[in-house]
This record gives sequence, C-alpha cells and structure tokens, in this order.
Amino acid sequence: MTNRDTAIRAEGLVKHFKDIKAVDGVDLTVPAGTVYGVLGPNGAGKTTTVRMLATLLRPDAGTASVFGHDITTDAAAVRTQVSLTGQYASLDEDLTGVENLVLLSRLYGYAKPAARSRAEDLLDAFGLSYAAGKQVKSYSGGMRRRLDIAASIIITPKLLFLDEPTTGLDPRSRNQVWEVVRTIVGEGTTVLLTTQYLEEADQLAGRIAVIDTGKVIAEGTPGELKSSVGAGSIRLRLHHSDQREHAQRVLAEALGADVELDDDPVALTALLKPGEDTATQGSHALGELARAGILVDDFSLGQPSLDEVFLALTDRVDA
Amino acid sequence: MAFTETKTKSDPDAPAPVEKDRLRKLLAQSERPAAPSAWAAARTFGWRSMLKIKHVPEQLSDILVFPILMLLMFTYLFGGAIAGGTGDYLQFLLPGIMVMSIAMTTMYTGMSVNIDIQKGVTDRFRTLPIWRAAPMVGYLLADVFRYAAAGVIMFGTGMVMGYRPAGGADGVLLGIALLLVFAFSFSWLWTWLGVITRSEKTVMSISMSIMFPMTFLSNVMVDPSTMPGWLQPIVKNTPISQLVDGVRGLFDGNVQSGAVTTTLIWCAGFIAVFGFLTVRAYNRK
Repeated sequence: MTNRDTAIRAEGLVKHFKDIKAVDGVDLTVPAGTVYGVLGPNGAGKTTTVRMLATLLRPDAGTASVFGHDITTDAAAVRTQVSLTGQYASLDEDLTGVENLVLLSRLYGYAKPAARSRAEDLLDAFGLSYAAGKQVKSYSGGMRRRLDIAASIIITPKLLFLDEPTTGLDPRSRNQVWEVVRTIVGEGTTVLLTTQYLEEADQLAGRIAVIDTGKVIAEGTPGELKSSVGAGSIRLRLHHSDQREHAQRVLAEALGADVELDDDPVALTALLKPGEDTATQGSHALGELARAGILVDDFSLGQPSLDEVFLALTDRVDA
Repeated sequence: MAFTETKTKSDPDAPAPVEKDRLRKLLAQSERPAAPSAWAAARTFGWRSMLKIKHVPEQLSDILVFPILMLLMFTYLFGGAIAGGTGDYLQFLLPGIMVMSIAMTTMYTGMSVNIDIQKGVTDRFRTLPIWRAAPMVGYLLADVFRYAAAGVIMFGTGMVMGYRPAGGADGVLLGIALLLVFAFSFSWLWTWLGVITRSEKTVMSISMSIMFPMTFLSNVMVDPSTMPGWLQPIVKNTPISQLVDGVRGLFDGNVQSGAVTTTLIWCAGFIAVFGFLTVRAYNRK
C-alpha cells in the first residue's frame, strides 16, 4: 500500500511507564477511509497507543507514521492531519460550549468572526445550540462527548482518533455518537476508535485489532475474528424436554460434532463444523430433527459473538 | 436512525438530535486557515484566561484580598514593633509588601497549568499546530493583568493609609512595571513545576517551600543591616531583595539603577532557564 491509502503504519511501538510496559510492541496498519477498531480491556494499552500516534507521547521504541509522516521526527506535519478526542473530554469546563469552540477555532487560525460562525454552525449540527451559552461544567456526559467531537472537526481532519468515545454514555447518547462517527467516515475521514465494547467495534469498525497487555493479539475484520474462534453454533429450544436426549443423538449424527445440553432443560447447543457452510449445516440439522419427529419451538443459528471471540482471545473473566 | 425519534418535548435534558446533513456540509468545508502567529496564539490563550476570570470571579478576589490583608496586617500589627510607628513603616513597607504579595500570587499559575494537564484540556492544545509555548505565555498574559490589578489596589490602599511616593507618578508606574516584568519572568518557574509534577497539591507544597524563604529572606519587612553579618550578603542579593530595592528606589524617587539592572538580568535568566525547561517538559509530556 502506498502512503495515500494507508492512514497509519506502526511497527513495534513500545512505551514503558516506570517498570510497567504499557505498550509492548504494537504493530498496526490502518487503511485510509475506514473505521479501525482497537479493542481491549481496561489497561490493555489502547490509550497509550493512541497518545503515541497522536504525537502526545514519544514511543520508547518502534516507529510509526501517519499518512507517511513519522510521528517523532515529523510530529508537526502529523498534527496538521490528525485530531484527537480523548477518553476524558478535553474541554475547558469553566468556559461555555461556544467559547470552547471559538477558542479552538481561533487557535486553528480562524479570524474572530469566522471562528464565531464556525463554532455556531458546529453547535447547530451537533444539536447543542440550546446549551451554547452554558458552562461545560453543566453538560451531561453525552453533551460533553459531542462537544468534544465537534472540537475535533473544526478543521476536518484526515485522521480522527476517538478514545473510548462512548464509555459511560447512556444508550441514546451512544447511538448518537455512532451516527456521528458514521457521518464523519462517510465524508472521507479515517477514524481510529478504541473501545472496550465488542458491540461497538462490531457496529462501526471495518477492521479490528484486539489488544491485551500491550500487544496486538488478533487482527482482522469482525467476521474473520469470529471465524477464527469457531464456525458458530446452532442453538435449539425443544417443545418437549423428554425429547432432548433423542435430539442430542440425532444432531450428533447429523452434524458429526459436539452437542451440549444447556442448563435450560429444553435447550441444547450444537457446534458446527468449521470450514463448511453454516446455512447448509443448519438446514440439514433441522431436517433430521423433523424426520425424527422432534418438535422445535425456537432456534438460532449464528457465528460466535465477538464476546466469545474476545473471551477466547484474552482468556480473562474481567474482560 | 431511531435516535431522531427519541426526542421528546417533555424531557428538557434530552439532547437535541445530531443533524447529519449540516454535519456533512461542515465536514466538506475543508479549506484550512493559515495557522495563527505565535503572538496571536498566545493572545488567544490570554483571552481564555480572561474568560475564566469572568466565569469564576472568585479567583480574582483571592488574589486581590490577600495582598490587602498582608498590607494591613504588617503595617498595623508589626509596624509599631519594627519601626516604632505605623506611618514611617508604611513608607518603608509598601513597595516591599507589594513585591511580596504579588510574587506569592504567581504560584497560582503553576496550579492552573497542572489542573489543565490533569483535566486533559492540554491534550487538545498539544495536538494543535501552534507555537508550543503559546498556552504558557497565554496564562501569563492574563496573570500579568491580575497582578497589575492587585498592584493598583495595593497602591491605592497604601495611599489611603497615608503612603506618599516621592518618585511621583512616573516613578510609581515604572516601579509597578518592573514588578510586573519580574512576575511574568519568575512565573516560568511555576509553569515548569506545573508541567512536571503529578498533582496541584504537589505544585502548591513545592511552591510554598520555595516562596516562603525567598520572600522572608529579604528586605521586604526589615532593613538587612539589622541581621547577623553572615546573613546580610545572602539576603541582599536574592532576586526578591534586588527587585524590592529597584521598586522602592523608583517609588521613592531615589533610583537604584544597579538593583534595576540586576533585577532585569534575573528576569532574563528566569525566562531563559525555566522557559526552556517548561517548553521542553511540555513537549515531552
């Protein structure tokens, strides 16, 4: 890939804090024009990685470039391409919403009237004009987050870092942030998004890197990550609990795979064979059950959830 | 999509929906203004600090009330004991106590710097393509305004209490100007501390342990010739003492050009050393 279609290329990034290795050799290649998810539990090194890429921290080892500009030797050029919405809203709480945006617009070089109109347009677009004159102190979490993102696009960046943009938000605010992210990417900005939430990565990201204890432990599209753990499963609820053992035998024969009995006395789960089409295996299983006279109330067929992927990869209960 | 329908009139705290079309239009305007000059960026940060004074006026009252208390306390409590009378003592004390109070209030700058870093505001500033020292110079510009206000109020209070400057208006203005130049330069020590320390409390305690000996080991309250011989050369040559000599001379119409020059050299030194350390630490943070 040339510089033009690679937004970030990082090789072996390392950062220590005293004797803690926060980031321990991270490699990333982020294609331009997409949402790239960096997924990991608390303390995995996501924020430190983002801070290095955004030129806020110098790596102890390794190299990285943003649109071809080295983050250490050419930091000033990187800063003209990126903007960062940090994990904690980087706003001045004493100032009002509009003052925050005017301040930053002025610092980007807008003259006073232009800064003012840019600030007001952004507040309008983000549905915040009703709170423009209020101190940011009084904003809710969702409002702060939106103002923070608004501040990040005063100048449309080529690359936007969003560090846990929805942590601590209620579902409605979270959906709004997702809409904003999709809109921003739709206009050609590359977004690097860190998150602890698998659903968020699944919803937004085209590719995902899973980070744990400072290392990338898996990378790929959400689909690739899911299939790396297993082919998925078919989950059934039967009409009669006394047919369950019969159903287990039928399924084991039909699919040639393990069939587990769930805690629920009418439910059972059959693992599908990797490498074969999920839909074919599912229909075949249902057909065999029907032929055996077993009544099925409900069934679901699917790939493993990212949750399962994540737990399998990180092998941690607290994730 | 569903979120646009969740807006209800009954919930005043409900955020208004994001308007995607307007957002798209704003994103599409990608023309970029030229980066602001170093001075314009610093002035913008100064404007920010002035806005903070507007929104949180208490911070100004701290800085104005403390100097007046110092002036009243030292004049009326200690004046009699130190100089045998409050009137003569005020004549001696006023320039020095102005230096002392304002020098002590410079400590707040370090705390503001530190709080901004803790809160993450600094992260945003550091990703902007601006002059790296601009945020610091901005704090200091607004602070100089506060010191000027404190200086004027102290001087006015002094006049009410009976102080009369023999140096006239010119002398007083030059004296206050010298004091402000010193406050601006000396503050770089605090900006550096603000950047390198972990919490505002640490900034405060380190600042106190520097400021107290520095202001008391001086000629602010008493003439150093009353001190033990071994102490005199130390006390006479601290930057605070030199500044007090300079300001007092200008106020009294008895200009000590040596002290003024030495003060200005100290100022240049503070800016060179701590300005450099501040910007370096800030960039490496």
